[in-house]
Amino acid sequence: MLELVMKISLICLTLSMLGLVYRLIKGPTVPDRVVALDAIGINLVAIIAIISMLLNTNAFLDVILLMGILAFIGTVAFAKFLEKGEIIENDRNQ
Amino acid sequence: MSLLHLAIFSPFLMAILIPFFYKGFKSIHTGWFVLLLPILLFIYFLKFLPVTRNNEFVQESFDWIPSLGISFTAYVDGLGVLFALLISGIGSLVVLYSIFYLSKVKESLHNFYVYLLMFMGAMLGVVLSDNLVTLYMFWELTSISSFLLIAYWYDRERSRYGALKSMIITVFGGLSMFGGFLLLSIMGDTFSIRELIAQSDQLVDHPLFIGALILVLLGAFTKSAQFPFYIWLPDAMEAPTPVSAYLHSATMVKAGIYLVARLSPIFAFSSSWFWLVGGVGIFTLFWGSFNAIKQTDLKGILAFSTVSQLGLIMSLLGVGAAALHVDFLDDNIYTLATIAAVFHLINHATFKGSLFMVVGIVDHETGTRDIRKLGGLLSFMPVTFTIALIGSFSMAGLPPFNGFLSKEMFFTGMVQLLELDIFNLGTWAILFPVLAWIGSVFTFIYSMMIVFKTFTGKFQPEKLEVTPHEAPVGMLIPPMILAALVIVFGLFPNILAYSLIQPAAAAIIPSLVETGEKLHVHISFWHGINLELFMTLGVFALGALLYVTLNKWDKIYRLFPGKVTLNVLYDSALYWGEKGSSNLTKSYMTGFIRTYLVYIFVFFSGILAFTMFSKDAFKMETSNLASIGLYEIALVVLIIASIITILVAKSRLTAIIALGAVGYTVSLFFVIFRAPDLALTQLVIETVSVALFLLCFYHLPKLSRHEERMSFKLGNAVISLSVGIIVTLIAIASHSNKLFDPISQYYIENTYEKAAGKNMVNVILVDFRGFDTLFEICVLGIAALGIFGMIKLRLERGRANENK
Repeated sequence: MLELVMKISLICLTLSMLGLVYRLIKGPTVPDRVVALDAIGINLVAIIAIISMLLNTNAFLDVILLMGILAFIGTVAFAKFLEKGEIIENDRNQ
Repeated sequence: MSLLHLAIFSPFLMAILIPFFYKGFKSIHTGWFVLLLPILLFIYFLKFLPVTRNNEFVQESFDWIPSLGISFTAYVDGLGVLFALLISGIGSLVVLYSIFYLSKVKESLHNFYVYLLMFMGAMLGVVLSDNLVTLYMFWELTSISSFLLIAYWYDRERSRYGALKSMIITVFGGLSMFGGFLLLSIMGDTFSIRELIAQSDQLVDHPLFIGALILVLLGAFTKSAQFPFYIWLPDAMEAPTPVSAYLHSATMVKAGIYLVARLSPIFAFSSSWFWLVGGVGIFTLFWGSFNAIKQTDLKGILAFSTVSQLGLIMSLLGVGAAALHVDFLDDNIYTLATIAAVFHLINHATFKGSLFMVVGIVDHETGTRDIRKLGGLLSFMPVTFTIALIGSFSMAGLPPFNGFLSKEMFFTGMVQLLELDIFNLGTWAILFPVLAWIGSVFTFIYSMMIVFKTFTGKFQPEKLEVTPHEAPVGMLIPPMILAALVIVFGLFPNILAYSLIQPAAAAIIPSLVETGEKLHVHISFWHGINLELFMTLGVFALGALLYVTLNKWDKIYRLFPGKVTLNVLYDSALYWGEKGSSNLTKSYMTGFIRTYLVYIFVFFSGILAFTMFSKDAFKMETSNLASIGLYEIALVVLIIASIITILVAKSRLTAIIALGAVGYTVSLFFVIFRAPDLALTQLVIETVSVALFLLCFYHLPKLSRHEERMSFKLGNAVISLSVGIIVTLIAIASHSNKLFDPISQYYIENTYEKAAGKNMVNVILVDFRGFDTLFEICVLGIAALGIFGMIKLRLERGRANENK
């Protein structure tokens, strides 16, 4: 029963992933794509969690944590890039 | 290391000392120190005459590279001692001559004598080596030292041109010869010439025989300036005259003759040898003498005359090979050709050496060698004139000089061919005496030109830079000695007969000489009234007639357009070779990485497809495949969609993000294929590299930031498709061909047992196979340092500032 539920939710997640990828490809502006990428990251967290339940292992919990951090850092970096055109500012010149 | 080896190496040892003599004894001409050595060597080699007289030989050996069967075997027989005497004897005379010819003050004598001694040692090595490899080594040393000597006045354009030309041609021949030697050593399984000769009857039928023959002959023909390789010799006349006298008349150009003579016992059984050596020789004789007449430079005439005389000797050696093919050995008249070849070899060395020295004297005392400017020197230089007269008349074949005798024997050898009925000779045989006779007529004409155009006629002081006068006595002694030899050998030829000629001829055709026996050598002045005598008389008559009427018919030389000579062919071959290879390189080295990638990928897919196809290697087995889950399919769709996005994306930013999506999907694959460590690393690395891509993207220059789609190129599409298909096919085939079980079972069993870890991937990385990890760390360290260096180290910018 649980397995069936997990498979169904995996399919749902995949479908939503496809939708996000569509937005990523199509997305008229760059921020659209960045948001899609961020959502893909979070989606990936969910997918990995369900897959590790399916595989009956706790080896991938690190991956989930890392994924969360990376999605966050990546989105922040993108946001800063779009905002200022630079990710790491060189303050020494000021 | 015997005394004989020491004798061969002594010029090299002496060459080391020359610069010290030159610097240490400024007041004494360096040549005096050098002079001792060839004289000593000459006396030393004279000691071998009693041994070689009886067709015996001396052999000394020491190992050089024994594991490869290469030893330096010095071997003195009749042929070797003849050449060694020529080299050391004429070497002494040339050194003596050069002492007076070259100025102590103006010339860099240490260079000259070092090169000359190198050459002398190399030449001795060539003629006294029994081992093919050492022979080749010394052979190339003669090429190199000759190159150095020709370009002795290296600030002259013509000298450098001549040196380069002779280098290219003789080294080409030398390398071919080395190829021939290697074939010989494969055929006979030895490098020793004597052992090869011993098994010569088996070698004839070997499939490599003809190849070895042609390659060896290429070496001999280039070195001995045979048609069509003679073209380097006239240009080598830019060398100082002692060099021309020594190298380009008496010794180096006879190295090819020596080679042909030395290897005759191996090759002469083949009819190709007879045709090539004899035919090329006789044509060279004709061609060289024909072209000598149109020269206006005395050394040019002598160069072409050397070519022609070498052709004469070569043709005699070729005809001498016929002696091996006739059965009636008791009275084998064909051995006469070989004897004549040896005799003319000695004669040519004597008269040509003296003629070159005469030309050097004329040049030295008048400042020109152009026969159009010279004339009437008889009253100024009577001694030089006498020597020139003796040399030229001997070259023309007039009695009572030695050239007459060898010319008679030459005609005899050629006429005998008419009686020979082997090799389908037939009517072709008539060409030999006819060409020989015409060549002799031309020889007569140019010999007369040398004497009479220089020493008689009208004296033209206004054309000369200096007032001519007789040369110093030291300069006259060497040509006088040679001229004296010309007369002595002419009047008493039989003093040479059994001391030098017979042993040398016996060494050339050893199979005809039984042990303890000797060839019959008789050189007589008077043969009786026969065909050869009339031929000689005809040469004199027609030659004299043509010489007198030279002005009337020398227009025929203008019939040939200047553009169809072999020199033009050589020059344009060099030019087009250079231009062609430059164009070829330019045509494929475009400087664009995309072109090179096309080559790499086309080759890659082509060679793999060919291998797969020709080996019939494709195999597909489905029994060991795992079942496919739903999420694998979903991920594959995802990754394909991302990849297509990369390809068709209009903006670079989209492409970068799609690449990121591919990376993350790959990490998802790692997750479902149960590789948590890989997934972790992949996620982090992908994030970092996407960030780096964005960094690059941001710094693109404004001008080239065209936001446009990658243009479609059919060729690229085909190549990328073929690469993809090939790799896929190979992956499928290799998966279907698993021959052995993987060794991973060992790791599974021992990760905890032996290495005290539960994470197998990490244990493999740091424990079982830690070395790889160490160097991966190195790679990262180098990359980091490299990036730091590239960012911080801006040498060019600093230089640009300095320039401002």
